[in-house]
Amino acid sequence: MSTATTAQADERLLRQGYLRRLMGRPELGSVVGAAAVFLFFSFVADSFLQPSSLSTVLYASSTIGIMAVPVALLMIGGEFDLSTGVMVTSSALVSSMFSYQMTANVWVGIGVSLLITLAIGFFNGFMLTRTKLPSFIITLGTFLMLTGLNLGFTKLISGTVSTKTIGDMEGFDSARAVFASHLSIGDVDLQVTILWWFGLVALATWVLLRTRVGNWIFAVGGGSDAARAVGVPVNKTKIGLYMGVAFCAWISGQHLLMSYDVVQSGEGVGNEFLYIIAAVIGGCLMTGGYGSAIGSAVGAFIFGMTSKGIVYAQWNPDWFKFFLGAMLLLATLLNAWVRKRAEASK
Amino acid sequence: MTALVELTDVSKFYGNIRALEGVSLEVHAGEITCVLGDNGAGKSTLIKIIAGLHQHDAGTFAIDGEEIRLGSPREALDRGIATVYQDLAVVPLMPVWRNFFLGSEPTKGAGPFKRLDVAKMRETTRAELLRMGIDLRDVDQPIGTLSGGERQCVAIARAVYFGAKVLVLDEPTAALGVKQSGVVLKYVAAARDAGLGVVLITHNPHHAYLVGDRFVLLKRGAMAGSHAKSEIALDELTRQMAGGSELDQLSHELARATSGEE
Repeated sequence: MSTATTAQADERLLRQGYLRRLMGRPELGSVVGAAAVFLFFSFVADSFLQPSSLSTVLYASSTIGIMAVPVALLMIGGEFDLSTGVMVTSSALVSSMFSYQMTANVWVGIGVSLLITLAIGFFNGFMLTRTKLPSFIITLGTFLMLTGLNLGFTKLISGTVSTKTIGDMEGFDSARAVFASHLSIGDVDLQVTILWWFGLVALATWVLLRTRVGNWIFAVGGGSDAARAVGVPVNKTKIGLYMGVAFCAWISGQHLLMSYDVVQSGEGVGNEFLYIIAAVIGGCLMTGGYGSAIGSAVGAFIFGMTSKGIVYAQWNPDWFKFFLGAMLLLATLLNAWVRKRAEASK
Repeated sequence: MTALVELTDVSKFYGNIRALEGVSLEVHAGEITCVLGDNGAGKSTLIKIIAGLHQHDAGTFAIDGEEIRLGSPREALDRGIATVYQDLAVVPLMPVWRNFFLGSEPTKGAGPFKRLDVAKMRETTRAELLRMGIDLRDVDQPIGTLSGGERQCVAIARAVYFGAKVLVLDEPTAALGVKQSGVVLKYVAAARDAGLGVVLITHNPHHAYLVGDRFVLLKRGAMAGSHAKSEIALDELTRQMAGGSELDQLSHELARATSGEE
């Protein structure tokens, strides 16, 4: 029990305030890591600092980052989703094939794809809350089923492993403008996915820190029994998180489709780990209840810098996965260390 | 005066296991009813029924004289029954102010701009805790960094602030030292003086006797006794709680074992 007078307490708070607040942020480790990676590639790769290179790096970051945001929220909520990588492909396949087979307008397929992708997310969340099985198992099941469905349906309908082109269909140009266009600012060419990414990060940060739902997300991840006992709708929150993942998978899927005009049905396998890695590097705890959306963006940015930096440094890209793995270990160790320091300083 | 909560001959079975049978108790405003029992006596089952986590299989459960069957903890909360569990229902990694309002967060603004009233949440948390004598340096610190007694007090302050009429406390002093236990009991008494009915679950007859008005003893899922404070002395309460004659037997056996070795 604190017996210190208010004046003394305030004095202590002033002296420690800034440093402690900074140390307490979940993103800190990842920001330090991002600065290190940035400096590293600035030195070893001459072309890394050119505007065109940076826009390429940002684009690579955004394709991972769009999915890392909802995956981070889900991890704060204490759950995993291993089906995200193939869910993106499923979403693209649905809009492509539905548009091609059933209608004349691409937008109809995009709408149907949104509904179906959200339904997959709902299925994940519903199965999780109903069966109480670990999310690892549930979404591993979804991952395998979707992988099979992607290949099976595409072959059944198109006869090959890729979809038919929808490039000449009505609405394709407007859909491409929304999901896969470029913006030129000066001589820098920016992909529209970067806007989607920043928008999602801002929205997720607002939801997490300033709304009731955000409070519930932290609570269901940090202690779901406690949350349930004080009246938090735990099941609805978790199902909502899975549907958020599905929504972003839909955005990514449409980008995948619109960047070309066909989709390969075997794509996406393995990407689920990149999203989780970005979230973890960004400060999300594997056990839930702690993390941030901004952190996931920094994690995705580290991913983008590494994957493209290796190319600009003219190294063999085979080394990329090794760097990614080493980075994951380092980031997790750094996070654990920072958190221990932050808690000890209280 | 009708009791705030009244259980009559309540039973609960899990399959063929009798967790609770024929237990009666009443809680009045401004009074503390203590439920005493050893491990496995059925205290947790009883608390879960009152809190709305489980439903009773037989007997009646009345709130304000109205017989009901609670479907969820939310329903119990809406009827003014707040339960403070042993794990305190707090999320350790979350700041104190977020924990204080968890599940009942105040908001401002409308539509998509509806947001947490953060300033009010912080200010209220600080003020309510100060009222209970806890002067926090920083309501932003994770609640897991508070001491056990402080966390217990935050949980009680939260229940009182949200207008609980009945406060159910599950072993609030179980993991605490002597001094901290005293502080917590002081707040329990303060809640009673504020007009709340309190159900205090404990296996410590000394703590119970300090604050309790009536005592219900549980033993192996059944009621072993029910007394008003005027009817029973601490010694007798302790004796009954510890198993009475069983304890005599035990001390007898232990004495023999010791003398046998010598």
